[in-house]
Amino acid sequence: MTTSPVAADLADASFHLRLYVAGQTPRSALAQANLYALCEARLPGRHHIEIVDLMDEPARARTDGVIAVPTLIRVSPTPVRRVVGDLSDTARLLAGLELGPLATEGAAS
Amino acid sequence: MTVGPWPLSESGTGVLEKAATGIEGFDDITFGGLPRARATIVTGAAGSGKSMFGVEFLAQGARAYGEPGVLLSFEETADELVANAASIGVDLRAMADEGTLVVDSAAGDLDDLVQSGAFDLEGLLLRLAAAIDAVGARRVVLDTVETLFSTLPDETTVRREFARLLRWLKERDLTVVVTAERGQQGRLTRHGIEEYVSDCVVVLDHRVEDEVATRRMRVAKYRGSPHGTNEFPFLISGRGLVVMPLHHDELTEVSEERVSLGIPELDTMVGGGVFRGSTIMISGSAGTGKTSIAACAADAACRRGEKALFLSFEEPSGQVVRNMRSIGLDLQHWIDKGLLVVQHMRPAITGLEAHLASLHMILDEHPAEVVVLDAVASLSRGVASYASASAVARDIAMLRLRGATTVLTALAGTHDDPHTDVSASSLVDAWLLVRNVENDGERNRLLMTIKNRGSFHSNQVREFLLTDDGPRLVDVFVGPDGVLTGSAREQQEARDASTEDARRRDQERRRASIERRREEVEAQIATLRRQLEDELADFADVDDSAADEAADRAAERADSAARRVGGGGP
Repeated sequence: MTTSPVAADLADASFHLRLYVAGQTPRSALAQANLYALCEARLPGRHHIEIVDLMDEPARARTDGVIAVPTLIRVSPTPVRRVVGDLSDTARLLAGLELGPLATEGAAS
Repeated sequence: MTVGPWPLSESGTGVLEKAATGIEGFDDITFGGLPRARATIVTGAAGSGKSMFGVEFLAQGARAYGEPGVLLSFEETADELVANAASIGVDLRAMADEGTLVVDSAAGDLDDLVQSGAFDLEGLLLRLAAAIDAVGARRVVLDTVETLFSTLPDETTVRREFARLLRWLKERDLTVVVTAERGQQGRLTRHGIEEYVSDCVVVLDHRVEDEVATRRMRVAKYRGSPHGTNEFPFLISGRGLVVMPLHHDELTEVSEERVSLGIPELDTMVGGGVFRGSTIMISGSAGTGKTSIAACAADAACRRGEKALFLSFEEPSGQVVRNMRSIGLDLQHWIDKGLLVVQHMRPAITGLEAHLASLHMILDEHPAEVVVLDAVASLSRGVASYASASAVARDIAMLRLRGATTVLTALAGTHDDPHTDVSASSLVDAWLLVRNVENDGERNRLLMTIKNRGSFHSNQVREFLLTDDGPRLVDVFVGPDGVLTGSAREQQEARDASTEDARRRDQERRRASIERRREEVEAQIATLRRQLEDELADFADVDDSAADEAADRAAERADSAARRVGGGGP
């Protein structure tokens, strides 16, 4: 399931990921933990994670276009990709970051 | 013209505080506006004007009521919002610059989202909170929230979060307008959000019937407040939204003042002129002089120094002026003085919606006290009678709200059928009917009043003449052959005149003879009186001597008596 081919130009790209959270809630902690775990596993040495707490920087919700939290934005490589949620669904997270196929169940078989 | 906040203390609804929208007419049908510190759903199909409702609500709030606002759109970009608002005369950029509005577009922020795990909408709340705090907003418009439901993956979460958002806005005392897409099968909204916004629901509709687009508005629900339940026509013009309350009797001041229609005999027929602000319909078949009567009313207004508007749906304005000159009405000099505007309109081409909008704009620039619509039947040309009746009703309602005295002319089908193409009769206060009558090879005009609300009106039929000195009404003659008009009337007048002459000569003769007789009698009386006086004088002389004799006789009797007593005692 995690061995699916990855787009060639993304194979060696360095990922700049930004995670928007609202305060230190259990959900925000879970999202951060899930994100770090995935990056260690799939993007070792080629990722940069930035955490934005909208409680501290509320204006960025508007400027950065955030409505749901947590929201993960793939700042680079472009195009920008967005994933919402606590990132507990790894398959969908990989799909959202274009690191794996979108439809993991059913379609592959 | 803005309808101000409805006085709550007088409406008897006191408990629920309201936020006036400043949308013309809307605050009337809701008795004051939207429920304050609550959320209102404005729902409708695409293009029904719900976003414009929101924009107008914010613009008026900032402009007229000192309440800054936040506009958050999930559908349109900031540039699109600015352009759309400009179409109704609202400058969002200027409002943002002066600090009375925050325009925030979340369009695109929800595109191509992938969900992984649980989320909430705290970001939206923080985003709104920042905007609200930035300008001290009292009003918030969320346009269209259903985008949240259609783009965010987890509907259960979105429902819960949306409910939380509304509670949060309410706690902050914000008056909220939430726009929504109309659902299928009569559902108010596509995603059932009325479940969460239960205070007030406004439904907008943009129907196209027989190629005529008409906008309508209905207040489907208003918890804790009375409201007009009908569908009210509304329009979106370059000056904003205007709702036309159809039942306006309680809403407008009723004038007792009478205004002249410019024809003295006609004024008498309707009890000394028509009430200011009322609606008068003149119906009749072609060529009966309806336009002339209407033009006289406009002319009379200008004579009083009032502004008048003559809307011609049939003839170019130059032609109206020329035709009226032939009956002695100089409309041109009123135009030159700026009192009169004669405007040619072709509603069948522009559409009834645009017609109403332009009428509105003309009246804003030229606030006429007397407005002539000639002829309303033309409004219906090529469109459904239902739509045109509605257009006439809206024209009338709008003019009534403005307090203008309105004179409509309407083409009646045949000269025997007083019914007009447009069943506007129930909307008008006074109804005059002009009929052609044909006999003795000529056509003459008769005028009668069919109704005149709250007023005396003559039951007499009058003949209506178009003379070089303007229209005149004359009494008709009712003879064995019916009503006499035209030459027949003149002949009858002549016949009557000669009979009258003969009678007068005869009377003169008799008066002269009586006079002579009187002189004779008086002479006789004088003679007799003289004779009588002579006789009386003679009688007085005789009477004096008789008295003297009587006295002498009495003295003698006394003497003889004395002698008898003295001589004969014992």
